[in-house]
Amino acid sequence: MTKDQLSTPHLLGIKDLTAEDIALIFRHADEFKEVLQRPIKKVPSLRDITIANLFFENSTRTRLSFELAQKRLSADVVNFSASTSSVKKGETLVDTVNNILAMKVDMVVMRHASPGACIFLSQHVDVPIINAGDGTHEHPTQALLDAFSLREKFGKLKGKKVLIVGDITHSRVALSNIDCLQKLGAEVMVCGPATMIPKHLGQLGVHIEHDFDTALQWCDAVNMLRIQLERQEASVRFFPTLREYSLQYGLTADRLKKVKKDILIMHPGPINRGVEISSDVADGSQSIILDQVENGVAIRMAVIYLLAQKIQRSQ
Amino acid sequence: MSRPKILMNQDLLEVVIQRLCYQLIERYSPFDQVVFIGIQPRGVFLLTELEKQIKRIVPDIPWISGVVDPTFYRDDFRRGDKQLLAHTTKIPVHLDGCKVVLVDDVLYTGRTIRASLEALMEYGRPESIDLLVLINRKFTRQVPIEPAFVGKSIDQYDRQKVKVLWQKDGEGENQVVLSQE
Repeated sequence: MTKDQLSTPHLLGIKDLTAEDIALIFRHADEFKEVLQRPIKKVPSLRDITIANLFFENSTRTRLSFELAQKRLSADVVNFSASTSSVKKGETLVDTVNNILAMKVDMVVMRHASPGACIFLSQHVDVPIINAGDGTHEHPTQALLDAFSLREKFGKLKGKKVLIVGDITHSRVALSNIDCLQKLGAEVMVCGPATMIPKHLGQLGVHIEHDFDTALQWCDAVNMLRIQLERQEASVRFFPTLREYSLQYGLTADRLKKVKKDILIMHPGPINRGVEISSDVADGSQSIILDQVENGVAIRMAVIYLLAQKIQRSQ
Repeated sequence: MSRPKILMNQDLLEVVIQRLCYQLIERYSPFDQVVFIGIQPRGVFLLTELEKQIKRIVPDIPWISGVVDPTFYRDDFRRGDKQLLAHTTKIPVHLDGCKVVLVDDVLYTGRTIRASLEALMEYGRPESIDLLVLINRKFTRQVPIEPAFVGKSIDQYDRQKVKVLWQKDGEGENQVVLSQE
């Protein structure tokens, strides 16, 4: 019997999802991807749902992708960004959200710089909350769309080897990806300077490798992360220079040529061309970066649709 | 619970499906711009049977078919505990100017058909849409929808359930049964 609903009322992190939940999300994302190919790319399911997108931290792709997903489901959308809000005047997070909910909002999508902000909020308000990235903690929809894109290319993820390269310490994408890929049966390796790999990461059951070329030979797909300069304290240097980082951990065509098989190249964006990935590789035939972006809308539609089913319609 | 009553056994079902095929041929031959669409999930089984029979009767017929899933267009989303799970929609052509035959196994309240019609309209403006059902439950309609082609009409009580069992369900043979809810 297929599972017919998510085991969680919110999407706070991949941690809360079971492998069946992920399968259910993927199954619906497949159908929504078909919807997005139609002449009219819209379904009326969420006509009476209002969703607030609260972005306390900058975002282009994720926010647009969420907003498009909501609009394709016919939901009403209100957007909020911290830079233009009363947060600057000292309002607390719970107060801000409660005020928005008082205007009859049914669901909240939130991005926040503090790890755990969504978990905290879920304990104080009673609408479904979707985490669109909380500090260095989790970014569940990104991990889902990454895994979905890989599944699309590989058929299934079980036994596949995925390499995550770069600033693991400051990356919420890395943490969510590791969890998601492992739940789907893939093997994960992380690679980067020792200063950017958390000390106890091995306990999560991931392989750790500091030599990029060795790591590339091992993997079937590689996810190149951006250096999160905005999350690094100015006084702490994690690597000597960007140029040196790029020489050691940048993915270039020359480096790729040495790999014996055709591996898939991913990047969660935004790309720093010439730093972690060169332009020819990012735009090359092995790159699935734009597939990731396309799949992002379908994955977010699936998550929103499945969570919205749990909201009872007011009579 | 009493044993389910068999309304149609495999032999009768085959005859009925054949009759429907001849009706379709009579109405639509030479099948120019005709698109057959099965409604997910159960109408698709009937569509497969129709395709087999029609191709047997008229071997070189231009056959175009697809499947439509009404889930995202249903009016009972977020009402009650039932979760609505999506199925695949696959419409191979743009429906502008096409003559569509919508296929389902049991016509009950008509709400599934209403949702399917809305879903179909996203693929263009068909010239016409006809509805073909294997079983038409006559007195249970909640929206004004009537089929053009009917396998068998029945007028049972609301609490009785009519189900078409297809071999693909793992049952022994194709049959239509009536059971108490």
